[in-house]
Amino acid sequence: MSATSISAPLPRRPGLRARQIRLLGQRLFSVLLTLLGLLLLTFMIGRVMPLDPVLSIVGPDADRSTYEQVYRQLGLDRPLVVQFGYYLRDLLHGDFGNALLTGHPVTEDLARVLPATIELATLAIIVGTLLGVPLGVFAATQRGRIGDHAVRLVSLLGHSTPIFWFGMMGLLVFYAWLGWAGGAGRVDLAYDGLVKPMTGFLLLDSALAGEWEVLGSALKHVTLPACILGLHSMAYISRMTRSFMLSQLSQEYILTARVKGLPERTVIWRHAFRNILVQLLTIVALAYGGLLEGAVLIETVFGWPGFGQYLTSSLLLGDMNAVMGSVLVVGVVFVALNLLSDALYQVFDPRTRQ
Amino acid sequence: MSPIAPTLASVDSPGPTVRAGQPESRAQALLLDLGRGLRRLLRNPLTVSGVVVIAALLLVALFAPWIATHDPLLQNLSGALRPPSAAHWFGTDEFGRDIFSRLVFGARITLYIVTLVTVVVGPIGLAVGVTSGYFGGWVDTTFMRITDIFISFPSLVLALAFVAALGPGLDHAVIAIALTAWPPIARLARAETLTLRKADFIVVAQLQGASSLRILLRHIVPLCLSSVVVRLTMNMATIILTAAGLGFLGLGAQAPLPEWGAMISEGRRYMMDSWWMVATPGAAILLVSLAFNLLGDGLYDVLDPRSE
Amino acid sequence: MNTSLPRLHVEDLDVGFDVGGAVVNVVRGVSFKLSREKLGIVGESGSGKSTVGRTLLRMHPRSARITARTLAFDGVDLLTASERTMRSIRGRRMSMIMQDPKYSLNPVMCIGEQIAEAYLAHHPATRAEVTQRVLDMLESVHIRDSQRVYKLYPHEVSGGMGQRIMIAMMLIQQPEIVIADEPTSALDVSVRLQVLAVLDELVTQRGLGLIFISHDLNLVRHFCDRVLVMYGGRVVEEIAAADLDRAEHPYTRGLLDALPSIDRRRATLPVLRRDPAWLTA
Repeated sequence: MSATSISAPLPRRPGLRARQIRLLGQRLFSVLLTLLGLLLLTFMIGRVMPLDPVLSIVGPDADRSTYEQVYRQLGLDRPLVVQFGYYLRDLLHGDFGNALLTGHPVTEDLARVLPATIELATLAIIVGTLLGVPLGVFAATQRGRIGDHAVRLVSLLGHSTPIFWFGMMGLLVFYAWLGWAGGAGRVDLAYDGLVKPMTGFLLLDSALAGEWEVLGSALKHVTLPACILGLHSMAYISRMTRSFMLSQLSQEYILTARVKGLPERTVIWRHAFRNILVQLLTIVALAYGGLLEGAVLIETVFGWPGFGQYLTSSLLLGDMNAVMGSVLVVGVVFVALNLLSDALYQVFDPRTRQ
Repeated sequence: MSPIAPTLASVDSPGPTVRAGQPESRAQALLLDLGRGLRRLLRNPLTVSGVVVIAALLLVALFAPWIATHDPLLQNLSGALRPPSAAHWFGTDEFGRDIFSRLVFGARITLYIVTLVTVVVGPIGLAVGVTSGYFGGWVDTTFMRITDIFISFPSLVLALAFVAALGPGLDHAVIAIALTAWPPIARLARAETLTLRKADFIVVAQLQGASSLRILLRHIVPLCLSSVVVRLTMNMATIILTAAGLGFLGLGAQAPLPEWGAMISEGRRYMMDSWWMVATPGAAILLVSLAFNLLGDGLYDVLDPRSE
Repeated sequence: MNTSLPRLHVEDLDVGFDVGGAVVNVVRGVSFKLSREKLGIVGESGSGKSTVGRTLLRMHPRSARITARTLAFDGVDLLTASERTMRSIRGRRMSMIMQDPKYSLNPVMCIGEQIAEAYLAHHPATRAEVTQRVLDMLESVHIRDSQRVYKLYPHEVSGGMGQRIMIAMMLIQQPEIVIADEPTSALDVSVRLQVLAVLDELVTQRGLGLIFISHDLNLVRHFCDRVLVMYGGRVVEEIAAADLDRAEHPYTRGLLDALPSIDRRRATLPVLRRDPAWLTA
């Protein structure tokens, strides 16, 4: 019975840092591969589309020589593989090509539309988290009883509602009937274009410019879609919170905490909840990504000039450059969020910190 | 002198478990389990309401011609945009068509989409996932890559892309949705297979000389089945929502088909004054989607080993 | 040894669990008294021994149905006591040591903080006071380098140390009765006796009452003063540890006979032969 057997804590494993870095590198490589595959897939879809990109540029009345000129300009006469190669090369130079709809470079378009969506999504996730987490904890503590069922039902309702319909009903009730919320668009028409876009976030820009009326109008307009999107993600967040809490509450250390004579509130928040924080951060990050889907539909309903609308109209138009640029953005965002949630785990969970 | 050999009387510890009559065969044990599971399932009032709604959907879709009050495609421009009344329970749309009847026939389209997608996605997802998980190696890696692409993307956007490529239409929408719905199922089946693959009883079967196909079919698939079924049920709600979303964007069933999402899209222009055009189809989508979610939730509770 | 009045009085305790309509009886008619002594409760899995321990602290799941003629601790009726009363008893007057420190310690809280929390639950004190008390307690369970261990996390210590931390945590509030639910079952055999020695030292030093729940008869007979043998939810034998060889119930005899012995040569160990009559006795 040596002194080290039970008195000393476990030794640290050497080379852990190096191994973690290597794992991260492998992860990044795998991520790049996925992105590449995504681009390839989109590229294929684009070439299969029934819409002729040349026609979209030259119009149906153009003569044959113009058509062929543009055809060659776009590089459509080359084999597919070469076309993809050209695209990738341009991509690495930051050139996403020009959008058909606007004629501007896709990067410019994206820079214009992304902040609008980010503004909406960020507000939405705040709503969703502030509502969803307490509800989830509450449901877990009321397991099996009426409180639990009520929260589950609300969460399921949020999950089952078609979000575009929900948006429309919201507009009907809160804008048309009650007049509390603003209507379509980011601001009232009167204020449109009044504030110079610096960050692209209208709320910030108008506050920085001191245009309080514009800020007020912007707030009125962003509240409804943000709440609707938020309620949608609240469903997911509360459900996951409940699941995590339930899984913690059945653990032995909770029994220990109760045996110590701690009040139930402490047991729930200081013990169980602290153990799910990391998982929750992951969930919120993923929910943020999931909001993109909702954004596509909600932006159409609310006439919100954001990324979702841009993506939809590009797809319907067959604007390949815009589509592929957008797809890349979406892919990168999703992948980044996934990596972020993994990284959060590494950083915050003491069990992995060695 | 204590006996050396244990007696047959009671070799196991008589713990506090309730010992009902023992099942005599495997089939009987399965039926007993199903019965017990069904009873537990039906004990939850939320699940029961979900089942009721789904049953109603099936009936409505089946007996649509008898339940509908009017011809869903019949136009009557003089009677357009009428609010709900005795003649038209849910009012009329911009062409004077009865909305209630359109809803009823729309149930058929919804059911068509859900059934077709599930029937295709379930077996394929299961097959791919189980094979990939069991054999591992480069098959598994390739498969992981491909599904990664699908999963790392919001399904609606991907389905949108596919339909945009194929052209709008109901069948194309079904294909698009199916293409986005199979990867999660396959990944789930793969995850389950990975845990089972190392189990001792699988090793035993391999040692006994069972072929891989036999092991897959007789041992692994049945064990993956319950979680896959739960996932498929919950997926049905997502399928309905995605289909409605596509219909809303004009990419699903084309006019004059009474698909619920498309109805909402058509009604959007008149929404402010004729709210009934938009309210009822959306409520229908919500109700059916909720029902599938409730059922899936109930199934999950019953099949989840951790439940009390 | 036992010279004072009984602190804990249990008479005719029945515990059943409501499992989908039917009630499954896990503990039947258990009776015993405890004062300043070490009482061992021995039984196999499913004998109900752990349930008895949890019921004393009213830490049972919601589906439990408890009845008893008497269930009293120093005059406090544990059956009808309010949750508030129970909370004041838990930890402060009666505490429980769990089986596996891998699971029974909070993984995201450092060790010192967990022990400090136990103390602060019933004794308001300043940060410095509490920290000192925790360090003292860690020393008393023979953990050297207590300053460093204070800041460690549960996954960074071995099983034996973790269990001693658990003991420290449960004894820092100076309870009068300690229930140890299989405290050494999750530990390596070589470490068990060390942990038991620490427990023994503290229990004797402070004059505590100890209920030692275990499936290991051999361990219990050498450690405890009295032994309660449980089978199928009932107490089949109550006997002083020293008198175990003169046990009368066939189950106890069967258990004793099945123990390998270093000084007796035995070609085969007899397997316990169960009599269904024991379940209804």
